[in-house]
Amino acid sequence: VCIHRVRSCSSIRFIKSKYVCVFDKSALKFSHQQRLFRTSPVSCGQIVQFKLSDIGEGITEVTVKEWYIKEGDSVSQFDSICEVQSDKASVTITSRYDGIIRKLHYSIDDIAFVGKPLVDIEIDASKGVSPEEDVVETPPMSHEEHTHQEIKGHKTLATPAVRRLAMENNIKLSEVVGTGKDNRILKEDILNYLAKQTGAILPPSPKAEIVPPVRKTEAVPTAPKDKARRIPVPVSRPIAFSGKDRTEPVTGFQKAMVKTMSAALKIPHFGYSDEIDLTQLVQLREELKPLAEIRGVKLSFMPFFIKAASLGLLQYPILNASLDENCQNVTYKASHNIGVAMDTEQGLIVPNVKNVQVCSVFDIAVELNRLQSLGSAGQLGTSDLTGGTFTLSNIGTIGGTYAKPVILPPEVAIGALGKIQVLPRFNGKGEVFKAQIMNVSWSADHRIIDGATMARFSNLWKSYLENPASMLLDLK
Amino acid sequence: MVLQSLKNCLWLSCVLRTPKACFWSAAGGGLIIQSVSNDVYQNLAVEDWIHDHMDLEKQQILFLWRNSPAVVIGRHQNPWQECNLRLLRQKNIKLARRRSGGGTVYHDLGNVNLTFFTTRKKYERMGNLKLVVKALKALRPQLDVHVTDRYDILLNGQYKISGTAAKLGRTSAYHHCTLLCNADKFVLSSVLKSPYKGLKSNATPSVPASVKNLFEEDASLTSEILLDAIAKEYAVQHQIDHHITLINPADETLLPGISNKTKELQTWEWVYGKTPKFSVSTCLNMAYKDSVLDVKVDMDVKHGRIEACNIDLPEQWLPAELYSELVKNLTGSKFCPNEITVLVTTLLKVCPQDDELHSRWSLLCENMIRLM
Repeated sequence: VCIHRVRSCSSIRFIKSKYVCVFDKSALKFSHQQRLFRTSPVSCGQIVQFKLSDIGEGITEVTVKEWYIKEGDSVSQFDSICEVQSDKASVTITSRYDGIIRKLHYSIDDIAFVGKPLVDIEIDASKGVSPEEDVVETPPMSHEEHTHQEIKGHKTLATPAVRRLAMENNIKLSEVVGTGKDNRILKEDILNYLAKQTGAILPPSPKAEIVPPVRKTEAVPTAPKDKARRIPVPVSRPIAFSGKDRTEPVTGFQKAMVKTMSAALKIPHFGYSDEIDLTQLVQLREELKPLAEIRGVKLSFMPFFIKAASLGLLQYPILNASLDENCQNVTYKASHNIGVAMDTEQGLIVPNVKNVQVCSVFDIAVELNRLQSLGSAGQLGTSDLTGGTFTLSNIGTIGGTYAKPVILPPEVAIGALGKIQVLPRFNGKGEVFKAQIMNVSWSADHRIIDGATMARFSNLWKSYLENPASMLLDLK
Repeated sequence: MVLQSLKNCLWLSCVLRTPKACFWSAAGGGLIIQSVSNDVYQNLAVEDWIHDHMDLEKQQILFLWRNSPAVVIGRHQNPWQECNLRLLRQKNIKLARRRSGGGTVYHDLGNVNLTFFTTRKKYERMGNLKLVVKALKALRPQLDVHVTDRYDILLNGQYKISGTAAKLGRTSAYHHCTLLCNADKFVLSSVLKSPYKGLKSNATPSVPASVKNLFEEDASLTSEILLDAIAKEYAVQHQIDHHITLINPADETLLPGISNKTKELQTWEWVYGKTPKFSVSTCLNMAYKDSVLDVKVDMDVKHGRIEACNIDLPEQWLPAELYSELVKNLTGSKFCPNEITVLVTTLLKVCPQDDELHSRWSLLCENMIRLM
C-alpha cells in the first residue's frame, strides 16, 4: 500500500515538474529545505527562522503594524523588517541576516509573540549560520568572518558581501567612509572610494558602461607628421551609475492638469504678442503701495493688469465668452471672473477674482491677497476655482519674456505676462530713456476670435497700462 | 562627503577632541540638552537624529523641548479619527506624526516635552517617570502626583498631566513624555475631538482623559521652573553637572542630515500617508431645492489615498458618464480636501456647461470634501 501511494504521488509529480533533473522513483525524499519545483534560479540555501526578540520590560506580545518587506525581497543585515507596537512603544525590528525573505508569519494587526518566529529568511548555504538566539545587540552572529573590526575604538559595520568586495580590491575598510545606517559601509561607498583613487582604472563592471565614441581616422592629414607622436588619450573610467527609472501614477494636481490640457487640445489656438511700456505704472504703484499697506493689503501689479483687462473686455465681450460643445452657440458671460494662475507646492491652480467689472483696483488687491494665502495653504474652495471666464498668467514673476499660454476651457482667451525689464527706448523727441518694458503673449480660440479682435483688445489693454490716468475715464 | 566626515568626527569625538566633540561629549554618563526651536517638526527631527546617530553606550541623553501649537499623533494612528482637521487648518495648528507609538496629544508652549535617550538594553520607562515625579515633589512637596501602570502621571489621583510614548530601534531607544504646565485646555479639547463620522479602522485609538495644568494647582509654577527641576534631578541621578546645553535643530554642521529628517516629517506621505488602512461609511444629507437627499457614501482609504469609492445617488441625478468620471478620478487620489477640490473643479470645467448640472455637481462635491 505504501509503495502504491508513493508511486501515484511520483507520477503526479512527474507531470507537473519541469525542473527535475534526476528523477528517481525509489528515492523520494521530502525535505522542507529541498524543493523540486523551483521558480527562482537562486541555489537553495538554509532557511532560518528569525524569531521576535525580547522587547524589554517583560513584554511578551506585540501587534504587527507595518511590514517594510514582502516575501521574495532580499534583505541585508540591519535592514528594517517591520514595525511592531506594544503599549505605546513602537519598535523597529531589523534583520539579523543577509538573505531573501521566504515567509512572513504574521499579517498587519496580528499579535506577534516574543520568542516565536517572525519571518523565515533564506540564507546563502555557504555562510553556515548558526540559528541560535542572541540578544538583539551587536554582534548577533558567531561567524568566521567577523562582522566588526575594531579600529581606534570605532566599529566598522559592513555586510559580508561588502567585505568581500573590499578584500578583492585590496581596500582597508577603516579607510572607507560609510554612508549607511550607523555609519555602515555600503557597496556604493567602496565603489566611490575606488573611483577616487588617482589613476585607478576600475575593472569593467557587468553593468552598462558609458563608452566614449571611437574616433575615426581622418582622410585629411592633420598635424605635421614629424611631431607624429600623439598625446596618449586617457582611458575613460567607466562611471558607476546606480540610478533607476521611477514610475509613479499621475494623480492630484497633475491629473487635473492632464484633463484640462487634453481638453484644450481641441481648441485651435493662435497667438499674439506685444510689448508694454510700464514706466508710468511702475511709478504709480510705488506711490500707492504704502497707502495699500496702511489698509493692510499688499499691492502688486496684478490688480492693475486685471482691472485693465476687464475694461478691455467691456469693449470686446467676445473674449469673455464660451463656445458650446458642438460649436453651435456662443455664450457671452456677463461677469468678468478673471482667473490668476498660481504656482503652489503641489502644482498649478487657477482661482479667479469674481465680478472684476464692479471691483476697484483695491478690491481686486484684497481678493488676490485672500486667494494667494488660501492657495499656498492648500485651502481654496470649489467656488474660488470654478466660474472663471478669462485668465491671466504672470509667469514673469518667475522669469521669461514671451510665452505660448494654453487656453483653459471653457474659456476662449488667456494672457501670459513676462518679466518687467529695464530697456532703452526712444521717446517722442527721439531721445533714449530708461523704460520699464513687459511683454504680453495672448492666446485665443480661433474658432470665434479673429486676430483683429485680439489685436484691438491688446492695444486697448496696453493703452490703459501705459497711461494709467486714462483708466480713470472708463472706471465704473 | 564633507558632511560625512563631520559625522565621523562626531562619532570619534572622544578621541579627536574637536570643537564639535566638546559639544557632544560631556563629562560623566549623561547629557542634558534643550532645543531653542519651537517648531514641532524640527524637534521631532532632533529625536530621530539622536536615535539614529548617537552612541548611547557611554552617556544617556535628556532632551527638553516645547512646541508652538501643534497636534502630534502616534506612529500608527489615524489623524481623521483623532482630531478635528478642519479646525487645525483654520487655526493654522500644525499636524505632526511622531515615530513613537501611543496616542494623540496637543502641544503648545504651556506643555513641556521630555525625551530620555538610552541604549536599548537600558530602556526603562517607569524609572524615567519616577524621576519626573521625584523632581516635582522636590519642587513642591505638597503636590499629589504619582505614576500609574499605564505610564501616565496623575495629579490628585484623577487628572492626567503627562502622557508617554516610546520608540525602540536596533541599538538605541527613547522614551518621551509630556508635562502639562499651562497649556490652553480649551483649544486642546476642541482640536482633539474628531467630527468625522463613519470611520472604521485598526489604527491605535487614543484614550481620552481629563487633564489639568500644574499651573492651576500652583500658580507659581512655570514651564521654565519645571524644566529646570527635572534637569536638576536627572543630573543628580546620573552624577553629572546640572548644566543644560542649548541646541539649534537647524544647525546642519552639528547635526548633519537634520534638515532632511525635518523635511521628511513634514511630507504628506509621512503625516497622512502612513495612516493604517481604514474605511469611511457615512450618509450625506444634501439639501437640494425643496428636498433633502440621503446619499450613502462608502470609501476605502489606504496609505492616505482613496482605494475604492461608491456613492449611492438617486438615479439619473447625475449623468452616468459624469458619475463614473467622478469615481474614476477619486480612486487613487489623496484623501485630501485640497487635491479633491482641484480635481472636481477641473472635471466641472471640461463637462457640458449646464447650470443645473453644475449646481448638483458642486453640491455633491462640497459634501464629499467635508468628509476629509
